[in-house]
Amino acid sequence: MIDQLLDSSVLIGIAASGIRLATPYLYAAIGETFGQRSGVLNLGVEGIMLMGAFSGFWAVYTSGSLALGVLAALLVGLLMGLGTAFINVTLKAEQGISGIGIFLFGLGLSELLFQQSFDGVVTVRGFPKIRVPLLSEVPVIGEIFFQHNLLVYVAFALVPIAWFVLNRTTLGLKIRAVGQNPQAADAMGISVARVRYLTVTFGGMMAAMAGASLSIALLNVFQQNMTAGQGFIAVALVYFGSWRPFGVMAGALLFSTVNALQLWVRTKGIDIPAEYASMAPYLLTILALVLAAQRVDQPAALTKPFERGE
Amino acid sequence: MPVLAVVAALLIGAVILLLMDADPIRAYRALYDGAFGTKNTFADTLIKATPLLLVGIGICISFRGGVVNIGGEGQMIVGGLAATALALSMPDARAEVLIPLCLAASFVAGAIWGGIAGVLKAYFNVNEILSTVMLNQIATYWMIYLMSNTLIDPEQISAASRIPETDRLPRQSDLPRIGPWLDSIYEWLGLSSAESSRWAPTLLHIGIIIGLVLAVVVWIFLWRTTVGYRIRAVGKNPRASRYAGIRVKRYMVLSLLLSGGFAGLAGGIQVLGVRHRMSAEGGAIAFTGNAGFNGIVAALFGKLHPLGTIPASILFGALLVGGNKLQRTVQVPSALITVLISLVIIFVVSSDLWSRHRARRRVTLAAQEPASPPGASAAAEMDGVR
Repeated sequence: MIDQLLDSSVLIGIAASGIRLATPYLYAAIGETFGQRSGVLNLGVEGIMLMGAFSGFWAVYTSGSLALGVLAALLVGLLMGLGTAFINVTLKAEQGISGIGIFLFGLGLSELLFQQSFDGVVTVRGFPKIRVPLLSEVPVIGEIFFQHNLLVYVAFALVPIAWFVLNRTTLGLKIRAVGQNPQAADAMGISVARVRYLTVTFGGMMAAMAGASLSIALLNVFQQNMTAGQGFIAVALVYFGSWRPFGVMAGALLFSTVNALQLWVRTKGIDIPAEYASMAPYLLTILALVLAAQRVDQPAALTKPFERGE
Repeated sequence: MPVLAVVAALLIGAVILLLMDADPIRAYRALYDGAFGTKNTFADTLIKATPLLLVGIGICISFRGGVVNIGGEGQMIVGGLAATALALSMPDARAEVLIPLCLAASFVAGAIWGGIAGVLKAYFNVNEILSTVMLNQIATYWMIYLMSNTLIDPEQISAASRIPETDRLPRQSDLPRIGPWLDSIYEWLGLSSAESSRWAPTLLHIGIIIGLVLAVVVWIFLWRTTVGYRIRAVGKNPRASRYAGIRVKRYMVLSLLLSGGFAGLAGGIQVLGVRHRMSAEGGAIAFTGNAGFNGIVAALFGKLHPLGTIPASILFGALLVGGNKLQRTVQVPSALITVLISLVIIFVVSSDLWSRHRARRRVTLAAQEPASPPGASAAAEMDGVR
């Protein structure tokens, strides 16, 4: 098994699919990073992903236009993000539980809509591979990094942008202030609610993009519960990455590479039971959480609704 | 307020039904008939309510203890696995021995699964919401592995169909049916019942009685014992509890341990009372029926009080059983029921019913009182717990 694994084409294949599989985690976890940095834990990412996956798929299937697919997913993500913000910020719900509600809502509604609109499994023509000129010709590097579809590149481009917004702009400063000390932010004249609405809604749109990246770019099908826990892992990745975009990216890559490796092990029929291989990513997440928890403290106001005059 | 949440959810459900060209009145009548129409359907409602009640009373403990246990699904699964493995390994044991042993094993297995998250939270600072979600997935894969390898029904191997399920458990492990007892109580009360409306033919098993008894036990435990008091104190204010000399970390672990135990028991009862075998066919949800999540809703609905959780579980049991009838009558996907339940969750947590943050705020206000020394305010907070 080890000699097979050390074969260069196998390694390149695993690395390339690791990059590809990181895409949904990146969208969802980068979006969630903004929400958590401002003090809101949205555990409903999984449900929003499912709705994004369905709406993107539906739009591409009916119109044939990939742009409309992305727009539909973003719009649904916007609506669900606004709803999530309303529940968690305005109504000050307990965030762990409201997230489960949002997850079940997306799970149920996407399945309901799917069964109403399609008979069985259909596929769409999703985002094609783009070979970046010149760069994709570079041996090894080109195959691993520069032969993916557009949504993969966008996902990775989001990471430095998110870092820049969070650390080098006034908006980012406001977001961090609201998550760290909402009372002080409020006293400085920052609207805590407005900042949180903004971050949670953005998180919703990104979660929906994460779902769409599965249904119209990576897999090009929709199935009920097709995200299979990826949204929950994305939430964990934010903890793993210590609420920093590049940390989140490292976590996403580690996770997706283990996943790619696991998929390869399964196709090889090597005598590690498939179920144990499938467990590996979750065990790894718990381990990662243990290590991450020792390192950095979470945003001080995470999961705490803000009330003036405390 | 909880009733309003259900009404609001049903109203939105009616809009969805209308959008799908279905008659909401007919649909909801089917829902009611499907849940309470006959003794048989009512028995089904109670059977479905049982795991919700057990998970729910566990949730009462963990939430009162300040930990959010989202791991009911995984804890149910390992509980079911423990009961299954034990029953299969003791095919000749008598019922009086086998059933208590299996149920105890399922409680212990669930408690271990919950306790892992408890230790991770208390000693490794890992958010329990995330760890329990991960543990759910791990339990699911573990179940699939055991069902398709170690515990698979030998006949499935020889028939080469390889459905991932165990053999039927020994008959002695079946939980006793309580229909005949109920009928004799009815007779004793002089409520003569026609042949058609007797409990005896229903599948109602002793699980619901176990659930009801344990709800009372947990109520006494939480409000009438020192350990229960400390669990609630830690949940209300861990800092004040530490000043009061309570070993906060230990009680955090204990809350998750007990909470997981009750979910595990729910899994064990599901195996011994309803399924009589364990199967991975259809994934985790086919076994748990989402009870690990829905039990949370039932507990919130019952205001995190074990006795309040009883009617709440029956309500959600009715929603699940009636939902099947609704689906068949007006031909809509069963996912509609998932949507309805999710709306109930969202409405319940959004309403001020579950006002943990308000309670916490009162406590922090008291803690910030500058005039009183820290010890005094801690004592005041401890009073607040009572």
